[in-house]
Amino acid sequence: MAVAVVQRIRLSYSKYWYAYAMIAPVVIVLGVLVGYPLVRGIYLTLTNATSLNVGRQIGVNHIPDSFDFIGLDNYADVLWGPTAYDRFWSHFIWTVAWTAICVVLHYSIGLALALLLNRKMRGRGLYRLVLILPWAVPTFVTVFSWRLMLADGGAVNGLLGFLHLPEPGWLSDPLAQKAAAILVNTWVGVPFMMISLLGGLQSIPQELYEAAEMDGASPWQRFRYVTLPGLRTVSSTVVLLGVIWTFNQFAVIFLLFGSGAPDAQILVTWAYRLGFGQQPSDYAQSATYGILLLSILIVFTSFYRRWLARNEKANG
Amino acid sequence: MSTETAHQTEEPDQAGSPMTLTADRPAADAAPAKRPAKVRRRGQSSPLAAVLSHGALIAASLIALFPVLYIAYISLGPDDNDYLHPGKIFAKMTFANYGKVMGDTGFFTWFGNSAIVAGGTTVIGVLIAASTGYAVSRMRFPGYRQLMWVLLVTQMFPIAVLIVPMYYILSNLGLLDSYSGLIMVYSATTVPYCAWLLKGYFDTIPMEIDEAGRVDGLSPFGTFWRLILPLARPGLAVAAFYSFLTAWGEVAYASTFMLSSDKYTLAVGLSSFVSEHDHQWQLMAATSVLIAIPAAVVFYLVQRHLVTGLTAGAAKS
Repeated sequence: MAVAVVQRIRLSYSKYWYAYAMIAPVVIVLGVLVGYPLVRGIYLTLTNATSLNVGRQIGVNHIPDSFDFIGLDNYADVLWGPTAYDRFWSHFIWTVAWTAICVVLHYSIGLALALLLNRKMRGRGLYRLVLILPWAVPTFVTVFSWRLMLADGGAVNGLLGFLHLPEPGWLSDPLAQKAAAILVNTWVGVPFMMISLLGGLQSIPQELYEAAEMDGASPWQRFRYVTLPGLRTVSSTVVLLGVIWTFNQFAVIFLLFGSGAPDAQILVTWAYRLGFGQQPSDYAQSATYGILLLSILIVFTSFYRRWLARNEKANG
Repeated sequence: MSTETAHQTEEPDQAGSPMTLTADRPAADAAPAKRPAKVRRRGQSSPLAAVLSHGALIAASLIALFPVLYIAYISLGPDDNDYLHPGKIFAKMTFANYGKVMGDTGFFTWFGNSAIVAGGTTVIGVLIAASTGYAVSRMRFPGYRQLMWVLLVTQMFPIAVLIVPMYYILSNLGLLDSYSGLIMVYSATTVPYCAWLLKGYFDTIPMEIDEAGRVDGLSPFGTFWRLILPLARPGLAVAAFYSFLTAWGEVAYASTFMLSSDKYTLAVGLSSFVSEHDHQWQLMAATSVLIAIPAAVVFYLVQRHLVTGLTAGAAKS
């Protein structure tokens, strides 16, 4: 038995040696910098670690860990402890709404622009170059620029005032903060969607459109029965990535509001604040949020992929 | 084999002037011939549609450009509250802020640090992502499905939550405040997506090329290095673009792991202009423009490849 196992391992080793050598660097880097933190994070969620009782080095003295193992209390506290609504569920609802709104906007605006850019027209290359530009600007610069534009007396309210429209306090009023965050994130995220969908559009064979036209299909029917099915694989990938990235979008909200705006914080920035942005830092709670976030995304992805597979089957 | 190779390598370069993206080219498996006559007929049939789409694209372009132009404009105002009255800047435009940023701050140190870290991330990240992408594209080994799943799940990690444990790991390894530590962290965040992207791109390169390489006596590494990598330039360009941008503009990791001010990256140094008490917006605006310029250069270098590189695989798989 043991011999057979060794034999099998040796066989697979000689057969797959190249594959394993080629994936080794990634596996090692991810193992050290993602896998180990995950294991340690899960362990921390079962303790009451804060910055006061975690082992640290002060000068030459090493102070050992002094936190205790407390089981699943952190999860219970986050999910249904006192004020769980104010701390977790209100942010959870906003995070889900934020993700849904942003991804719908990214996808629909991206698709509309991709369709326009896919037409034969003068200046197409220039339009494309300009429209991808937001993707090339570092997020930090982007958000900083929007912060100046959204400030009281900034360009956005200047324009609204000129049009005799109300001028909300984008960076101070809770509802306007959320709108501002969505606005900025949409600006940041559309170019990626647009370019991906443009690539998808160009991979749809022209013959299909000609055949549809010969059969007397209206433009809407051509879009509905040729374009959308032709985009299905690209769409399913970019929507999945869009959801994952938006759900965990840290930079936009963190840089736009700093530590202010408690209402506009999504779960990721909230977790960061618990772990790094307050004194004393609550590492255990922060890690609990992290594990919960990861679980939400894994559950979502599993359902999403199952749903895609079922759709695939239904559509032949 | 030689015709295949020529076909693959030349295609991206043929795609017109540097101002255009390769999007004019249909994807490899799409119809080879375009039918300009037909499309023109459709375009002519509705001049209104052409006007409307130009209008929509111009409006979208203005929205895309405006924030960038706005910050460039603000950076020309000499006083720290000029951003409140943008109209007044016009009368007293000056490059003084740029002089101040480059002369009186650690700008060039920070710039150098950013260049080392972003360059290192790009080279190392793209290389290891490419070898992984090639392995999962061409080889079916035990653990293949798990690896693909891990690459996807890694995307889901709330970056902000990894910072605390990463801090301890780097501190234990003695890599805090070092370039290599930050490069490793950035690679860990960019490699999963790049490997996914490159797998998709490698999938579109015909297997026959690998087989021909084998017949000519190349090892799998040799095939990968000498035949496949040169053919995958559009995919590599996008991966490099993504890695560079991620590393160039990142703030949270850099400000947590780089402790001494001579190791700050540009983005971290920039944020030091705005503290609780002191808001030097005009200097920040100038530095923002200076940060955006290298990103724009990289963008311009790879933009021809963006459409093909990003979606060759996604459209096919």
